[in-house]
Amino acid sequence: MNNEIDKTRRLILQGAAVVALAGIGVRFGLTQALAAAANDKYPEEAFKQKSGDDAIKSLYGKTAETSDKVKLDAPEIAENGAVVPISVSSSLPDVTSISILVTENPFTLAASYKIPEGTMASVSNRLKMAKTSNVIAIVEAGGKLYSASKEVKVTVGGCGG
Amino acid sequence: MASTIRVRATSSGDTTEVQALIQHPMDSGFVKDAKGELIPPHFIQEVTFEHDGKKIFVADWGPAVSKDPYLKFAFKGGKKGDELKISWTDNKGSSDQTTAKIQ
Amino acid sequence: MRLVPGSVLGSTFGIVVAALLMGAAHSAPASDTPNPAADAKAFQKFFTDKFPKVKFEDFVNGPYSMDEGLYQQWKEKEEFPPYEFALDMGKELFAKPFKNGKTFADCFPNKGIGIRQNYPTFDEKQGKVVTLELAVNQCLESNGEKPYSYTKDEMAAVTAYMAFTSRGKPFDIKIPNDPRALAAYENGKRYFYTRRGQLNFSCASCHVQSPGEHIRAEVLAPALGILNAMPIYRSEWGGMGTTSRRFTSCNSQVRGVPLKPQDDEYRDLEYYLSYVSNGLPISGPGARP
Repeated sequence: MNNEIDKTRRLILQGAAVVALAGIGVRFGLTQALAAAANDKYPEEAFKQKSGDDAIKSLYGKTAETSDKVKLDAPEIAENGAVVPISVSSSLPDVTSISILVTENPFTLAASYKIPEGTMASVSNRLKMAKTSNVIAIVEAGGKLYSASKEVKVTVGGCGG
Repeated sequence: MASTIRVRATSSGDTTEVQALIQHPMDSGFVKDAKGELIPPHFIQEVTFEHDGKKIFVADWGPAVSKDPYLKFAFKGGKKGDELKISWTDNKGSSDQTTAKIQ
Repeated sequence: MRLVPGSVLGSTFGIVVAALLMGAAHSAPASDTPNPAADAKAFQKFFTDKFPKVKFEDFVNGPYSMDEGLYQQWKEKEEFPPYEFALDMGKELFAKPFKNGKTFADCFPNKGIGIRQNYPTFDEKQGKVVTLELAVNQCLESNGEKPYSYTKDEMAAVTAYMAFTSRGKPFDIKIPNDPRALAAYENGKRYFYTRRGQLNFSCASCHVQSPGEHIRAEVLAPALGILNAMPIYRSEWGGMGTTSRRFTSCNSQVRGVPLKPQDDEYRDLEYYLSYVSNGLPISGPGARP
């Protein structure tokens, strides 16, 4: 199974990182190494993080500062947690990616978009929310991370069962 | 079988707005079926949009993206009649692709 | 007979009141004579008086016409509506020839295009109310095809397509001069106002008394125009559902035992409920929370 191979590969990577970066600050080094390695690949590790900070670090290897140039559109009260329309845009120059996190979901990272040159810094999508939560928009611009957040109230959870 | 991808791409001025809707269950792995058993995760991981041989937008998704996912973005450089190539792959290795003309 | 639930009145007093009410009814015989046209007028006036800010034709948009936050989310959904796949599937099924070479178009007036607003209809030959869903299955069966399941999938797809080709056309439900038609209408009306289930709610408790209000987290839709949007993609269902599905799920939600889809009572109910929305445009297929 592919999954098994992935797991093994991750373990090996992790081992290698621990050896190489011993004494530097293992966790930070590891996530940065992974982020660098990820590059164009599906950021599998980032999608498994349970806290927003860990997901952002895993994805970008750095932290974000809040910015009023990140615009996050989301409803105050979601009509149904299964389908919550969320849009993110930014007036910042040189935007290279946009990510959206739902902090109360089991895995916080919901979606991450690569924005090549020539593509506008704006994306709309529909996300599932398990319960009332902060939604965080991350915009990567000029190599730095900027964020905005908003609480969305969810009265009918989007995770069924 | 009909494509799982619906695309609307419209150009106005030098900007092309792209909207897509993809038919996919996007099972999160946290929902139980009628028998009380967990439905295993089954979700699209990556969607790629290409124009003129160049990637113009890449979506990486986790299981929190809604069923039958929707996307909207815009890019510069497309003209009416140009072709867009859209493809997706999911965590079980399934995939689909389609092309759409910019209107 | 209308039940008065949870009545704490002494039985003697209750009987006196009932007798008084019956007496009153006898002294005004006109109000006992079924009058669908007057019903529809009063029904529509009730809603337009209750929601003076909602435009008449917006009643077909259900809870979205009642709440600004919901309205914005609906607008966003309609940019690329979730019923799009069902609509495409319906269009395909509609055009696909049966084994005998015929298609749905051969079963319907105007080849089935732009006719949603005329259903349900009272079929004098069959002596009963024929809904669009029933007509679709009768078409399949008369051509030697297997009927669809009533609640979703193909049935939702085909009726979605037929509604789509009828968008904007006002409901034009007719009650022919046939005592059976009037009886069916009256039966549907009775069903609509009768309380049932462990919650002891009638259809009207939620959709006449309380539209726009929340029941737990959901905003209740007004009964006026509620069928104009059928079939619907409900986020709660994660998929499409027909009028049959809506009725059965409503019954379950008040913890009653739903009837079989397309039961006589459900068809009569649909007949009544569609008739009192006459004049409102078809907006289906719809998207709902």
